[in-house]
Amino acid sequence: MGDLIYFSSATGNTARFVARLGLPAMRLPMRADGPMPSPVRPYALICPTYADGQGRGAVPKSVIRFLNDPARRGLLRGVIGTGNRNFGAMFGLSARVISEKCAVPVLYKFELAGTETDIDRVRAGLADFWGTECLTMA
Amino acid sequence: MKDMPPKIALKAINWNRIQDDKDLEVWNRLTVNFWLPEKVPLSNDVPSWATLTPAERELTIRVFTGLTLLDTIQNTVGAPSLMPDAQTPHEEAVLTNIAFMEAVHARSYSSIFSTLCSTPEVDAAFRWSEENPHLQAKARMIVDEYKAHETPNKRKIASVFLESFLFYSGFYLPMYWSSRAKLTNTADLIRLIIRDEAVHGYYIGYKYQRATEKLPESERAALKDFAFSLLLDLYDIESKYTEELYDGIGQTEDVKKFLHYNANKALMNLGYEALFPPQVSEVNPAILSALSPDSENHDFFSGSGSSYVIGKAVATEDDDWDF
Repeated sequence: MGDLIYFSSATGNTARFVARLGLPAMRLPMRADGPMPSPVRPYALICPTYADGQGRGAVPKSVIRFLNDPARRGLLRGVIGTGNRNFGAMFGLSARVISEKCAVPVLYKFELAGTETDIDRVRAGLADFWGTECLTMA
Repeated sequence: MKDMPPKIALKAINWNRIQDDKDLEVWNRLTVNFWLPEKVPLSNDVPSWATLTPAERELTIRVFTGLTLLDTIQNTVGAPSLMPDAQTPHEEAVLTNIAFMEAVHARSYSSIFSTLCSTPEVDAAFRWSEENPHLQAKARMIVDEYKAHETPNKRKIASVFLESFLFYSGFYLPMYWSSRAKLTNTADLIRLIIRDEAVHGYYIGYKYQRATEKLPESERAALKDFAFSLLLDLYDIESKYTEELYDGIGQTEDVKKFLHYNANKALMNLGYEALFPPQVSEVNPAILSALSPDSENHDFFSGSGSSYVIGKAVATEDDDWDF
């Protein structure tokens, strides 16, 4: 199983999701100048969306700074987007932006702090995904 | 004048000294998202409006007057009632933006009416909104919380429930019409309102979390009990309101799932867990895609395709992404 890294702002929605998920996870700093974790294994990233009506600013600065490091970026295998469907086309946009920039799949999208269904799907999905990754790498 | 008590200096707001980053983030989001109803070509819906039956038209106008009432309350009572409790001058400024946008929303429904409807049918619907017991009861329940003294946290709870829950029995209908390719321009306007309400609920919910995080455990527990019981009281009224409006088009059960889904999201905005279980909160996919029509719904874990796709190019700020 790979690692899990996430960003959660002061509203704490993503942090609450990760706590309920019950998997070990590293939190990115809220501010881009905070201390960054240094993953040593492949990981999936959970990232909220902060886009305006035109899609600008979707990815938090802290996540951008984290991914700007080639060593850290090189271990990213997939991204889970979060947001709110009320933002229409911008729902979970940050996952799509990261997916395109880093050539990794969008694994899943959920709203706010996620539902029980989201927890089950992400738990099962990550287990399957890392299983597949191991087979691919062998 | 020598007997006057010493005056506290009146303070000018300084946006270059931010105490809470969320204030600036939300201010920027709301101001960039600013819109007016004139930007939506509502008159393109005139032919579509003509295809609705008289009962469907009456339902639509009634739903929109119900929404107008909630927007009016949030504009004139709700958002202003939060201002005295603001923790930062920037929070007050954000609340003035929220209050004004609620006025824009309320004004938008009248734009829809003047474009599509006759004056007598609109006047009849406004009378209906004053006489309908369920609509009046839910509006009253919220206003009572806004007007109660010494309960700033309860005002925030009531405000999040208005923004993130009570609107949705109404928002369902234009999404339903849109999913059947009717009143699609009206739906575009409603989606702008829905987008704003999402930011409002998120921000007020966030301020609630900040305001309550340092309270003693007993007070936090009492507030949580209050929030869940207010939600259930509102839900009882919403159920009756929904039945009265939607039985005629056979959509009541579908609307209730949408209510459960949105009630859960309102609770999440306050930092709480969902109340309604997944099996009663699964919204009709046609309504979900009407809500976010261009959002790519494909993902890896849902297994909705044979292989994953990597997203198409999207606009970002290049200087942020100089890999």
